Amino acid sequence: MKKQNLLWTEKRALWERLVGQGYLWLLLVVLYAPIVLIIIFSFTRSKVLGNWTGFTFSLYRNLFVGYDITADVQVDPNLYRAIFYTAVIAVTAAVISTILGTLAAIGIYNMNARYRKGMLFLNSIPMINPDILTGISLFLLFVFLGISRGLGTVIAAHVVFCTPYVVLSVMPRLTKMNPNIYEAALDLGATPLQALRKVMLPELRPGMISGFILSLTLSIDDFGVTFFTKGSGGLETLSTFIYADARKGGLTPELRPLFSMIFLTILLLLVITNIRTYRQTYKNKQKKK
Amino acid sequence: MKNFQKRTNWAWPYIIFLILLVILPLILIGIYAFTDLEGHFTVQNFVQFFSKNEAVNTFIYSIAIALLTTIICLLLGYPAAYIMAMKSFGTPQVMALLFILPMWINFLLRTIATVELFHMLNLPLGEGALLFGMTYDFLPFMIYPIYNTLQKMDKSLLEAARDLGANRRQVFTKVILPLSIPGIYSGIVMVFMPTVSTFAISELLTHNKITLFGSLIQRSFGEGGITMWNYGAALSLIMLIIIGATSFFGQQEEAGENMIR
Repeated sequence: MKKQNLLWTEKRALWERLVGQGYLWLLLVVLYAPIVLIIIFSFTRSKVLGNWTGFTFSLYRNLFVGYDITADVQVDPNLYRAIFYTAVIAVTAAVISTILGTLAAIGIYNMNARYRKGMLFLNSIPMINPDILTGISLFLLFVFLGISRGLGTVIAAHVVFCTPYVVLSVMPRLTKMNPNIYEAALDLGATPLQALRKVMLPELRPGMISGFILSLTLSIDDFGVTFFTKGSGGLETLSTFIYADARKGGLTPELRPLFSMIFLTILLLLVITNIRTYRQTYKNKQKKK
Repeated sequence: MKNFQKRTNWAWPYIIFLILLVILPLILIGIYAFTDLEGHFTVQNFVQFFSKNEAVNTFIYSIAIALLTTIICLLLGYPAAYIMAMKSFGTPQVMALLFILPMWINFLLRTIATVELFHMLNLPLGEGALLFGMTYDFLPFMIYPIYNTLQKMDKSLLEAARDLGANRRQVFTKVILPLSIPGIYSGIVMVFMPTVSTFAISELLTHNKITLFGSLIQRSFGEGGITMWNYGAALSLIMLIIIGATSFFGQQEEAGENMIR
């Protein structure tokens, strides 16, 4: 009787596992269907997604050469300008955010509890604010101050929504750090700047790096804030370029290979880092044995 | 002590930055909302909104759509987070990453791909496509915080409950569910806020058939030119109030931290 019972629970556990895993895979299939669609149709020449006209690498070639040989037209030069400005804005905003946010995190960490709480609340406002409100409020600010909108205003706007995440990723490193080593460095004759560079920064680096990477991705993915702060001077990022393109009706086909490559690169990076951490934990386990 | 003082000063650039580019702009929304073109005080912008049936209906409709999306995300996302976090299901760790990975593709492009998918399957664009697209865009925001709280949960509590005679259902309703409430709150806030304020993707997903509140705001700052800005600011202020209320409900600090981890 007892044996049968055990068998029954085992069977049930197995069933649950199967159903559970099946559910996850089903969700993933739906979640990835549009992405897979983009990747598949990066290998055909058709203007619209969903119309297969034979396997070819020509979209990839067009993207790199900037010229469509078969149709004898140039690939929209605005696409390359958009890629260029997306990169410039993302890197500049991420660098500024990382510096500003790290300094702020150190400052906030050393405040007393009341001010710290107040600062963390202030810090959370740009994170709570949806992109449309951040965009419109900054739009009104630039209009109000008479600043003409362009590259500078977009970068400033991106720093607004990136820096809070840098602050939040540096703060935990500060909590882990021994607070006395900075004082020790000062006592041993280091100037505050030296103490910052040689003592604090190495400790804070992992937090800064994750804040930097997060800033890059937030900036690259942003549409709403850029849309309201870019002005009408023809400045486009990839997001606003895609939006304008989609509203015109036809999406530039070369976007398909571009995003397929971005996606596959990220997938590859994730797989590599995961294999690494997996190997490391495996090694550690072996050592323990 | 003097050094201590000095280090708190390091926050000053950021404080000034926040005042100039976050606080002041938000105040400006309020100022523009309560003034007319000449800068005189008026409540006309709000009167204009509340007297237009169409605008108010759009507003209510947007909130309903956002709520519905949030509920769908919760119903789909909670089981997924649960299955990934509980050891008994034997889910590989990579699975959680797979759910975040799509967010690396530009969301406009993903939305457009969704539209094409609907075209390919001969499905009509409209409310269904809108709900599908928004769920698709924001589901990871629901799964991730819930997954985090479930994973951090002390699993020995479950054994304890079982040893003390709770059946499987009781373990879930009396232990797991209450302990995962912070994650659920974060998830709700993180899905509701972007969906209620969304613009652009709604146009793409419905071929301009359905206008959401976000698009209404966007339009008042676009085609109409300067004459519509004050009205747009009033609409923005209404949205700001909704966002403020929502974040108060969900303790945003937690949501922000959850996103980092």
